[in-house]
Formats: sequence, C-alpha cells, structure tokens
Amino acid sequence: MESTHHAHHLPYDAEASKIGMWLFIFTELLLFGGMFIVYSVYRYLNPEAFHLAGEELNTFIGAVNTVILLVSSMTIAMSTSAIQKNDIRLTNILLGITLILAVVFLFNKYFEWSAKFSHGIYPGSQEMLGTMSQGEILFFGLYFVMTGLHALHILVGIALITWTMIELKQKKIHHEKYDLLENSGLYWHLVDLIWIFLFPLFYLIH
Amino acid sequence: MQEAQSALQASYLHHQGRYKGLLGWIFSTDHKRIGLLYLYSITTMFVVGLLLGLAMKFELLAPGKTIMEARDYNATFTVHGVIMIFMIVIPGLPAVFGNFLLPLMIGAPDVAFPKINLLSWWFYVAGVFLVLAALLFGSGTPDTGWTFYAPYSFKTGTNMLPAIFGAFVLGFSSILTGLNFIVTIHRMRAPGMKWMKMPMFAWTLYGTAWIQLLATPVVGITLVLVALERIFGIGVFDPALGGDPILYQHLFWIYSHPAVYIMILPAMGAVSEVIPTFSQKHIFGYKALIISTMAIAFVGYLVWGHHMFTAGMSGTAQYAFSLLTFLVAIPSAIKVFNWISTMYKGSINLKTPFYWASSFIFIFMIGGFTGLVLGSLATNVHLHDTAFVVAHFHYIVFGGVSFSFFAAIHYWFPKIYGRMYDEHWAKVGWIMFFIGFVSLYTPMFYLGMKGMPRRYYDYLPEYHGANILSTFGSWILAMGFLVIVVNLVRSARKGEIAVANPWKGKTLEWTVPSPPPFENFKEIPVVGEKDGPYNYE
Repeated sequence: MESTHHAHHLPYDAEASKIGMWLFIFTELLLFGGMFIVYSVYRYLNPEAFHLAGEELNTFIGAVNTVILLVSSMTIAMSTSAIQKNDIRLTNILLGITLILAVVFLFNKYFEWSAKFSHGIYPGSQEMLGTMSQGEILFFGLYFVMTGLHALHILVGIALITWTMIELKQKKIHHEKYDLLENSGLYWHLVDLIWIFLFPLFYLIH
Repeated sequence: MQEAQSALQASYLHHQGRYKGLLGWIFSTDHKRIGLLYLYSITTMFVVGLLLGLAMKFELLAPGKTIMEARDYNATFTVHGVIMIFMIVIPGLPAVFGNFLLPLMIGAPDVAFPKINLLSWWFYVAGVFLVLAALLFGSGTPDTGWTFYAPYSFKTGTNMLPAIFGAFVLGFSSILTGLNFIVTIHRMRAPGMKWMKMPMFAWTLYGTAWIQLLATPVVGITLVLVALERIFGIGVFDPALGGDPILYQHLFWIYSHPAVYIMILPAMGAVSEVIPTFSQKHIFGYKALIISTMAIAFVGYLVWGHHMFTAGMSGTAQYAFSLLTFLVAIPSAIKVFNWISTMYKGSINLKTPFYWASSFIFIFMIGGFTGLVLGSLATNVHLHDTAFVVAHFHYIVFGGVSFSFFAAIHYWFPKIYGRMYDEHWAKVGWIMFFIGFVSLYTPMFYLGMKGMPRRYYDYLPEYHGANILSTFGSWILAMGFLVIVVNLVRSARKGEIAVANPWKGKTLEWTVPSPPPFENFKEIPVVGEKDGPYNYE
C-alpha cells in the first residue's frame, strides 16, 4: 500500500473514532447550550411576550417535523444493525430513507420560514420594530437563529449521510468496518436530539 | 558522530513523502512536522503582535500624541490582543510541543487522527488570514479590543466581520487539536503505560484538551451571535431591542477565562519536565501535580465572573466568583511547592532551560499574587480597567507562555533538530528577555495603582516616569527575543550534532534518536510493571 510511505500506518481503531465523535458531540451540545442559556435568560425576563410570540408559530408543521426526525433517527439506527448483519442493500435503503426525510424536514422549514417572512417577521424587519414588543422581537430573533443553526446541522448531516452512502457503494464500509456509518448515525441522533429541545421551547410552551 | 549523522538523514526532517519540498510540509500528516508548522506560523504571528505591542509602548513614551492618533491606538491594541490571544497564547504550547511530543512521550506512532491534525493547522492558517484581512481591507481596522464587547462590536463601523469569523475559525482549530489529544491519550498509550505512568506534560495536555473542547464552543456561538447581530440585527445583545450586553460578557468570559488555563496548564507541564531533568532528580509529588492539574482545569472553568465585578452582578454572585478565584490559587501554589521541592537537594545542571523554568516560577508567582489582588472584591473596584490589570495578565499570560515556551524550545531543541543550541548566546537572550520583561510590566502595576486607565493613548504628566521605564523595557525585551531567535535559527543549521539524550531526560522521547525517525519508534516500547512515570527501561 502506497500510503505507508507518507503517512503513519495506524491500526484501524473503531473505538477511537467513536470517542472522537462523542467528543465532537460534546462541543455541539455546548454550542447549543450557549444558545439555550440565552433563550432561558430572555424567557425569564419576558414571559408574557414569549408566550404571545410562541402562539404565532405553526405547531402542526413543528409536530410533523418532529415525527419526521424521530423516524429518520430510527431508520439510521436500523441501518447500523443492517450493516452488522452484512446486508448492504438494506443498509443502503435505510440510509436513503433517512436522507429523504432530512430533505422533507428542510422543505417544511422552508415553507414555515417563508410564511413568517411574508408576514413581515424576520430579523431587522421594520414591521416588527413597529408592532412588536422587545420580548417578541427577541423571541423571533432567537427562533430564527436557533432553528437556522439547526437547519445548518441538518445540511451537514445530509452531506455526512451522502458521504457514507458513497463509501458504502465503494465497499469501504462493510460489516467489519463501519465506524463512519456509526458516527453519521451518532451525529444524526444529535441533530434529532437538539430538535427535541427546540420544538417544545418554541412551539409548545405557552 | 557517524551514527548521529545517519540519524539526521533518517529522521522526519528528511523523510521523503508523496510531495517534495514545501508541499511535503504543508500536506504532511506527521505530528512532528505539524508541530513545526505551528512553531513557524506562531513565531511569525508573534513577531507581528510584538511589533504592534512595541508601537503601543512607543506611543506611551510621552503624554499626548507621540506617533499615532487615539483611533489608531484603539486599532493597535485590538489587533495586538486578537493576534496574541487567539493565534499565539491558545495554540502556543499544545499545538507546537503537544503535537511534536505527545505521541513520542506516550510511545505512539502518531496522534489518533493525523488528517484532522493537519486540518486543524489549515484552519489556523485560514483564521490568521481572515484576521489579517480585517486588518488590511475594508472600512477600517477593528477597534473594540480583543474582547469584542457588545454593543460596540456591532455598532462600530470598522471591519469586524472577518475578525470575528477569524476568531471563530481559530477556535475550531483549537477544538480539533484538543479532540485529537484526548483520543490519542485514551487509545494510544504504549502497552503498560498506565494513566499514573504518563509524563506530566502529557497530563497537562490532557487537562488542556478538555478545556479546549468544552469551553471553545461557547465563545464560538457567542461570536456567531455578534456576527448575526451585525448582519441582521437579531437583538440578543442590543439594548435597543431588549437584549442584554452583560449577557454577552458572561458568555464571552465563560470561554475566555478558561482560555488562560488552556495556555497555563501545558506551560506548567513543560516546566514540570524541565525542572526534574535539570535537578537530576525525580519530580516531587507526581500525584499531587496531576490532581492539581485537573483541579485547575475544573475550578478554572467556574471563575469567569471575576472579569465583571464592576459590570453589574448580584452581591452573591460576586462573593461566589471571588471565592472560586481564590480557590484556584491553591492547586497553583501546590505546583510551585512541588517544583521547589524537586530542586531541593538535587544536583542542579545550570543550563538555559533551567534558567527559563525557574524564572517562569518567579514570573508566575508575581502574576498569581496580583491575580488575587484583582480577585478580591474591594481592591478590584479600585484597580478595575487600570494598567494594573494589564500588568497582571501580561505577567500570567505573556510571561507564562513565553518563559515556559522558551524553556521548552531550548529543552527539546536537540530532539527537534538533532543539534545543540549555543549555550552562551541562549543565556544572553534569557537575561535580556527577563530584564526587559520585568522592567516592561512592573511599572504598570504601579501606574495602575496610581489610577492610570488601560487602553488610553494619552496620560497625565505624573505617569510619565514609569511609562518611560516601561517603554525602555519593551525595547530590551524585543532585543532579547531577537537574540534568542537568531541563536536558535543559527544553531538549527550549524549547531553541534546532538546525541539522543543530551540532558539525561527520563521520558520516552529521549529514547529515540535525535531528531526522531519518521515512524517515531522502531518498535512500540513496552512500559514494565515496575517502571514509574520517570524511569522507563
């Protein structure tokens, strides 16, 4: 193998790459943790306004998206079991379903956001400054930043799952070496988990 | 001699990979080369930061305008701070010596994720260019100070976005390094090297890596929020829209205080390697040093509020943060006692690394004690935002990094380059740097107590004398730095050929040839049952 000449030949260590992924997930949790602190401070300071603003959001779309992400988390977890049983075809199908669900989630998000935009609700909007209280402006500011950042993570997840599928096709992932698949799964669960917190914080608590 | 020559030829420095020349370095995933890439890029940026610092000190040579306007002075201290903190102090020891030495010290062929390691250097370089872009292009150099305090950071018309984005990218680079080190230490220690058999430097890298991992994301999201505030006006830190600038300060210091420990822990680790080697004795209180390392890492995470005593927080919060600040002093003092006890009855070998390490203790203690002056509530109100604060954190941050860094670079120089540095000129450089450092910052304690505010380009006539001394000090320090660099560069090319273990060091990196071969160890070493942390077979 040519790589021995310019890179150290490290033995394959699935455990190491899993620990690495977990550590990365810690950093993501702290990233969103910072946002959750900001959210709770302003919710505490503006309970009324957050209540009013929360009612503006479409709980139905939010709930649909929650179900979508939960199902996609299940399918990607199942894909790990499938690869352990060396069923490449099933793994591929399950990853494909996950990918489609992720895209559907983003579509919903797109329609949700554009509905808000058309009502003049977006950061820096003059209409908001005229009609809304400071608390409501903060609520929507946080809503767009946090769901936006989450959507960005969905995009990264899509890229990661696509990469996994390519490696699967190239037979670099198989039942004895599937750390990339497992790590993509871990990452996807994180994205799901963050949404599980975002959904009640913005849509449900009134 | 013949043997040493062939070691040089077979080493990582001459290893032929996929690419030749410069490309063979900037695309190398070898941890030793990456360590040196960091060394060269950090040194380059340090020169830039140093020149800015010298310009500030020159401005303060006389009251009134000396060489620049107030606006330029603001820009100068901002860029000086951003460069020094994000590009030198944070990556400094972990990225340079951590990369080079961690795998060697624990008996591993490389770090756990060599490609991510290279990626982290590339992120570093990208961050550097982004910040430099803020400096050179657009609507004026950032003038907020390195702290990017809200609301000014999104109100100022200067070119903030690239600077903020640059700091974010540098943070990402730091996270990747930390992640790599944690996994490396968990998974790649040589057979038989139990946790309590790891060298101190590896332990401090472990503590630092956790802080890098757990604190950096918080500043990351905070900087993102400031950037979004600037672009969209989301309101979270803007009082006009209901936001709270104090919240920004909290979030900022949740990272930026632990950042001090990111740099001081490996500094302490390097000193903990140098002192026993040159005292020719085992380190005193190995376990106490480990526990104090982890205690500093943990408690250091909880003291950020002491930066904000006068910014508006409840009395209870003030007491809590003040108490926690005092608590950090305990493990720090334990370390100092351990170093001193290591020297006691040792056979001290007075070489340059030992000079640097022992002056590190001196500088660190002055920085530490003045930290307590600032950590206690009553005195803090008087000294807040004065030159005293600047003197304190330069003693700790700049003193801590530079003295340990120079101790480390002289100590491991033979290992890195396979040649000895020139002892005479190294000592000349040390004494100049030391005298320059002390005369640069000590007058600022006095100035601060007399009430001279920080970040002002002008001052009252009664502050003149001490400011002259301080500016002179900055020149001596810069000349000392020049002597050190010239000596090291010359020695790397023409120095005497070094043997594998010139200092009789006890850690694993001294068991391989100097400079180490590309693959580090011909065979992965095995640490025996009876071997301790500092006596391997």
